[in-house]
Amino acid sequence: MIRSHVLICGGTGCTSSGSMALRDALEKELEAKGLTEEIKIVTTGCFGLCALGPVMIVYPDGTFYSMVQPTDIPEIVEEHLLKGRPVERLEYHEKTGDHHVANSLNETNFYKKQKRVALRNCGVINPEVIDEYIAMDGYAALGKVLTEMTPEQVIDTILASGLRGRGGAGFPTGKKWQLARNLVQDGGKKYVACNADEGDPGAFMDRSILEGDPHALIEAMAIAGYAIGADEGFVYVRAEYPIAIQRLDIAIKQAREYGLLGKNIFGTGFNFDMSIRLGAGAFVCGEETALMTSIEGNRGEPRPRPPFPAVKGLFERPTVLNNVETYANIAQIILNGPEWFSSMGTEKSAGTKVFALGGKITNTGLVEIPMGTTLREVVEEIGGGIPNGKKFKAAQTGGPSGGCIPAHLIDTPIDYDNLLAIGSMMGSGGLIVMDEDNCMVDIARFFLDFTVDESCGKCTPCRVGTKRMLEILDKIIAGNGELEDIDRLEELAEYIKSASLCGLGQTAPNPVLSTLRYFRDEYIAHVVDKKCPAGVCKNLLSYVIVADKCKGCTACARVCPVGAISGSVKQPHVIDTAKCIKCGACMSKCKFGAIIKQ
Amino acid sequence: MKKKLTTVQFRGTKEQEEKLLEVIEKYRGTKGAMMPILQEAQDIYGYLPIEVQKIIAEKTGTPLEEIFGIVSFYAQFALNPKGDVSIAVCLGTACYVKGSGDLINKIQEKLNVEPGSTTPDGKFTLEATRCIGACGLAPVLTINNDVYGRLTVADLDGILEKYL
Ligand SMILES: Cc1cc2nc3c(=O)[nH]c(=O)nc-3n(C[C@H](O)[C@H](O)[C@H](O)COP(=O)(O)O)c2cc1C
Ligand code: SF4
Ligand code: FES
Ligand code: FES
Repeated sequence: MIRSHVLICGGTGCTSSGSMALRDALEKELEAKGLTEEIKIVTTGCFGLCALGPVMIVYPDGTFYSMVQPTDIPEIVEEHLLKGRPVERLEYHEKTGDHHVANSLNETNFYKKQKRVALRNCGVINPEVIDEYIAMDGYAALGKVLTEMTPEQVIDTILASGLRGRGGAGFPTGKKWQLARNLVQDGGKKYVACNADEGDPGAFMDRSILEGDPHALIEAMAIAGYAIGADEGFVYVRAEYPIAIQRLDIAIKQAREYGLLGKNIFGTGFNFDMSIRLGAGAFVCGEETALMTSIEGNRGEPRPRPPFPAVKGLFERPTVLNNVETYANIAQIILNGPEWFSSMGTEKSAGTKVFALGGKITNTGLVEIPMGTTLREVVEEIGGGIPNGKKFKAAQTGGPSGGCIPAHLIDTPIDYDNLLAIGSMMGSGGLIVMDEDNCMVDIARFFLDFTVDESCGKCTPCRVGTKRMLEILDKIIAGNGELEDIDRLEELAEYIKSASLCGLGQTAPNPVLSTLRYFRDEYIAHVVDKKCPAGVCKNLLSYVIVADKCKGCTACARVCPVGAISGSVKQPHVIDTAKCIKCGACMSKCKFGAIIKQ
Repeated sequence: MKKKLTTVQFRGTKEQEEKLLEVIEKYRGTKGAMMPILQEAQDIYGYLPIEVQKIIAEKTGTPLEEIFGIVSFYAQFALNPKGDVSIAVCLGTACYVKGSGDLINKIQEKLNVEPGSTTPDGKFTLEATRCIGACGLAPVLTINNDVYGRLTVADLDGILEKYL
């Protein structure tokens, strides 16, 4: 008799912080105490609160432990699993008002406002066991589709749900399927493909779904295959995701063994099988035509559209390509009906969206919210606010194609159209929070550096234009900027946007444009005053000693590698800015907070 | 992405070559097999020097320049062998806003090696990577297969020491 389940997170965040060693320690301890028949360990996908990893939940009581170390295991087993007394010291304590309270996972602010559809099984089931997926109604939607619905009915259901692509652009999924079904009807081969390239640096929604619930993807791709008349699928996964690849591989094999992939599925005569293709670290391969060229085994350069993939995609045949998260919604829509789905979210953006919440935020991790939730709710309530008493400055969405949302727009309800209207975009779900210590010029430079590196070079505006923009930003950051440079940035941006072939070039200037729009004064400060208000750009900083606070302890003078600090004992010291190399060593050494950057 | 050609002499073994030939055979007849072949070839040799590309060109009947075009296009394909200790600092957005730029600068300074290259003694390779999915622990770096998270510049000495 199993009387208790212990869920240990096996997501990438937690394995990086040592959850597998934790699992081994628990296994050993349970064996030593003869408890293996009573207590079952389940290795799950990401729970979402990766910052607190390794995390662990004990059921039936739902006690939520965070940052557990292998050395804590004997105590947990002895006290909690044997005597039924949760170990308070290790429980996750949430700060509400002035006191900390221990909460089970579902009661935390982090979870309360979330609505888990695409992440429904992540952190709940063992992704390497198909029976656990089936026990959660897994493959019931595929069964229903194959035995009770025509392909047209499937497409109509997805259309009616209002589901839009979660990979960035937000194209209606049902519409895409309809085109792929209807535009070419020559009885030849069609393909279903999944974009799991997840190129936005700092985002890991798709990876968590692949790691936590891979069967949801397989089921949805088979449903898509039935809907458009395809019998073969490809998943294009980035090679940097070894755990995801391994779990998806296991899941495909298990689905084949169960007859859920292969020939004559559910005895209906429908055939569908799929394979994994690995990306090789080129951001542009997330673009749909480039992705297909890459699967075909070539340099992943985009090609002009039309022809659209629905007409000529993989191997010149009609192809549907959707993002992982888009697929993760499909089976739920089939089972619960399109009205259920469209009742969540806003009128034009139905359902939920998963975000990878990162940067200067207390609860870094994965969150799934109904569309229309405001950024404030995400940052302050779910995210637990900004750490170290700092102020919210901006949130960045859409990665290298997106833009910043400044503090005065923090009440914007998040959906496709609102984000576009304020100069950002939904993107695939990276949501990076920045505080007053982040310099917006530096962030714009960061993204541009990324696109310069990733431009495939096929078109000149993108290849050369982004490089010119980067040079200008470098000049500004180095303190050599002029006001005309800001105009030049804007001119170049417009030119690159309008003259590039693919989405990479067309959106590359966005991070610069959006920071210029909301943080122009910060650019001006760099250019005119030669100052970096956030204190990030090294060339524009000088370290100074506040005479009032300096006790003359000489610690700074001793640590300075170039001897730029002088002064006698017990007297305020001074920094020779001409000699100073701005390494910051003195500042970290000063016990009295007497050294500041300005 | 610009790539430098290696000057290190090729030291492929007979066993490696046999394995490579098996891989090529396995994919014979598969559509679009060049990517998986190159990926598995890199697993065998650790990188893809021109000698290996030549074998693949010959056995698959693909022009060498086409293969080189593919290898040079994708960041993951390495033209140079890696050092014994491979350090990769995440420069994904989540890590960058939490200071991974300072980490990579510091390591660069300490080991005297540019990102994307290997120390002359062949010991350390330093690379900048994109998000490895452990953003919750930002800023992160990996050394060989170990992940280090929640780092500050002050932690670096202690960590690097283990690999000296
Ligand atoms: C440069 C570039 C990179 C992209 N990267 C991704 C990506 O990593 N993942 C993704 O799902 N879509 C990405 N897209 C969007 C895809 O082209 C495509 O629109 C999407 O995969 C379609 O799926 P959806 O309709 O389900 O969103 C990218 C687009 C561009 C222009
Ligand atoms: S816009 Fe840039 S990335 Fe896209 S095809 Fe042109 S050069 Fe390549
Ligand atoms: S990886 Fe464990 S909670 Fe995200
Ligand atoms: S941004 Fe560094 S791990 Fe995600």
